[in-house]
Amino acid sequence: MTDLDFSRRRFLGTTLALGCSAAASPFVTPVTLAVTPGDNRLVVIVLRGAMDGLDVVQPIGDRALRGHRRNLSTGEAGGAHDLDGFFMLHSELSGLMPLWQAGELSFAHAVSTPYRDKRSHFDGQDLLENGGNSPDGGMTPGRDGWLNRMLSLLPGASAQTAYAVGRENLLLLSGDAPASAWSPDSDMALSPQAQLLLNAVYRDDPLFRQAGEAAMTLAAAQDGNAMNPRQAARAAALAGFAAQQLSGQARVAAFSLNGWDTHQNQPGGLAGALKELQTAILTLKQGLGPAWGKTAVLCLTEFGRTVRENGNRGSDHGTGGAAIFAGGALRGQAVHGKWPGLKAGNLYRDRDLMPTADVRGYAAWAMRGLFGIDKGKLDTVLFPGVDLGKDPKLIA
Amino acid sequence: MTPLTSALAAIRFGYGLHPGQRPPDGPQALIAQLRDARNDAAPAGPAVDDRMAMLDANFKARRMRRRNEAGADEAIKEASRALVGTVTEDSRRLVARAVGSEAGFFERLAMFWTDHFAIEAGNRRRAVLTHDMIERAIRPNLTGSFGDLLKAVTKHPAMLVYLNQARSTGPNSIAGKRGKRGLNENLAREVLELHTVGVDAGYTQKDVREFAELLTGLGLDEDGFRFRPQLAEPGAETVLGARYGGGKANVADVDRALEDLALHPQTARHLARKLWVHFIGGVPEPSRIDALARVYLDEGGGLMPLYRALVDEPRAWELPLLKAKLPFDFVVSSLRALGTAPREVTGLNRRQFEAWLTVPMMRMGQPFLEPGGPDGFPEAPEAWITPAGLAARVSWAGALAQERARDRDPREFLETALGPVAPELLRRAVAGAETRHEGVALVLASPEFNRR
Repeated sequence: MTDLDFSRRRFLGTTLALGCSAAASPFVTPVTLAVTPGDNRLVVIVLRGAMDGLDVVQPIGDRALRGHRRNLSTGEAGGAHDLDGFFMLHSELSGLMPLWQAGELSFAHAVSTPYRDKRSHFDGQDLLENGGNSPDGGMTPGRDGWLNRMLSLLPGASAQTAYAVGRENLLLLSGDAPASAWSPDSDMALSPQAQLLLNAVYRDDPLFRQAGEAAMTLAAAQDGNAMNPRQAARAAALAGFAAQQLSGQARVAAFSLNGWDTHQNQPGGLAGALKELQTAILTLKQGLGPAWGKTAVLCLTEFGRTVRENGNRGSDHGTGGAAIFAGGALRGQAVHGKWPGLKAGNLYRDRDLMPTADVRGYAAWAMRGLFGIDKGKLDTVLFPGVDLGKDPKLIA
Repeated sequence: MTPLTSALAAIRFGYGLHPGQRPPDGPQALIAQLRDARNDAAPAGPAVDDRMAMLDANFKARRMRRRNEAGADEAIKEASRALVGTVTEDSRRLVARAVGSEAGFFERLAMFWTDHFAIEAGNRRRAVLTHDMIERAIRPNLTGSFGDLLKAVTKHPAMLVYLNQARSTGPNSIAGKRGKRGLNENLAREVLELHTVGVDAGYTQKDVREFAELLTGLGLDEDGFRFRPQLAEPGAETVLGARYGGGKANVADVDRALEDLALHPQTARHLARKLWVHFIGGVPEPSRIDALARVYLDEGGGLMPLYRALVDEPRAWELPLLKAKLPFDFVVSSLRALGTAPREVTGLNRRQFEAWLTVPMMRMGQPFLEPGGPDGFPEAPEAWITPAGLAARVSWAGALAQERARDRDPREFLETALGPVAPELLRRAVAGAETRHEGVALVLASPEFNRR
């Protein structure tokens, strides 16, 4: 066997104590992590399925609202909390009100990506994660994610330190900057010799070679605490794992929460999704401890939902929506954006909330605030062609 | 030794080589598998009305508990037992058929269409309807016309429930005028975007809306599908330029629209491209997609001519293997390579079935019959060969080999499993394994075995 290439030996660590044989937790969505220099932390949560911004951050002050919606966005009657006299926060996010009071929570309303009219989840999510500028959902030539492009702008985010955690590749963090994926409950039950042989047979297939190397490196580096998400709620497990890594070397984490596609019985469905989101944010705060003060969490969704309630106490795919920001690094307690109004003539295509700003602008300014990204790179490398608008000064 | 053409036919168009079966030796043999598979197409398991009754009993038992009625706990237990028992048996049968089948191309096509019309049951109980859709809408129709397949799936209770069609109500229908309920666009949008013409076909929001109005009335009763005229939006609807309805609300209008969509040139291209990407892989040349689409349209939307044109493509018989097997395919082909009998799969109890099959598939990234959304599972190899996904494959291969291959000669196993596709590098590595079963695990974990 001497003629086989065993140069991957360095990845195998000492004893190959890889045996975290935790039973798999059902439907763990990926957490993606990256290590960057500096002290600030960024968490991006992709809310898959199109969150109804009008129900989460309810424009109660808009007198046209009630004409469109009877069972949704019910304001005080539904237990919502006043934010600024115009907007109210959905009752299922009550647990975040202390963050609002402390200036650690803010929102952007009437925002969207450039994606228009086709209203496909899949294209919409691809565009959200890719960060491109095409109204029909086409991706930038690199077909990579904007978080990955941001990593490429940070000196010192090296192959040794930048890595990702997850069950699948999150487009948001895939691309040329070094990153690989791992999820908290994998193991490799082979002898050291079989591991060596396996490395050898993966040599000629780049896809298997890279995945295999990362799997072994990260298996060896795993911390046992993170490996048993079975008992915990899914969101708590994801956020807890992210918080643990961010308390160490990692500075960027991303994961997704599903369940926002509320075509039917939205009061029930949205409550469940919001509970998960609240758990995720509060788990991050608790897990990060003092580092929470240097953290910003951006919760973004592919598009909003129809202004008019549909026939099943739900809402259909729309355009403008809301983004949620949390974290101690924020200059919070604000609902950002220019409100377009909900009167009939003010809607997009006579059905959707009119977007008045590009959500990518908020993400771009937040990354500049956190990591000092050069302003000239914001609308070229990060989000080509984006109209940045005025700096909303999300970060304190 | 197996000729390369036979190995490719079994690996690329079936669930891999099996030591007890002669592999198909080329395109004609693959098409013959589909003709011979009539028996495989016969539906199995309880009929749809029995399945609906199980769900109804479960619903009623839960309502009893909410109302604190006596006997509720017993009723819930009883209802759950029936549902979980049925789904477990359906699942075991589905895996066992793929493991034992002599008609691998038929079984692969059954899963292809199941994914094309992807359903997320969301929980194990509701999967009773998904299995019924596979048995009664997909398998009997996958060698006929796409129009018939589309109609059967679109009207199946699993689809009507999953994409919220059963409650969608025309705003001006009898029920709609009473208030409370209204239109739901979900099924209409996904039929256009995912099942037929595809997202880039140039349809508008107005097409979606009018198609949704046309679909109102597709509903359910305790026996399964039922057209409910009182939900149907009155008046004619225009979808992609064609007018439907206008007279008395009628399921025939919906059928006609679905048949027209099935024969739309964009549908032909969409299906041709998906079949190419799924079975051959890589980026197809537009001229090849045009050619396949033309065959489909010339043959009046027949699927057999389309399959025949696909397997006749020269690219289908060339190396390298571009695709990664999905976890389900990887698990099934591993069991086949080890000569597992179907009854060994059906003989697993529920706990064993989960521990050996469904939990590992989930860890490899593919929860059993639960794609992340109506667009089904991804096709790109990069979506599956991730560090976590690959680790789960290696781990399962190691465990399976320890359990079932302690006395195998891994060098012989390599020939059985991969034949002419096995590279020299793998041959030498297998020969260098410390134990027999680790040699077998290396074969199962190799890039060549995980690709097709």
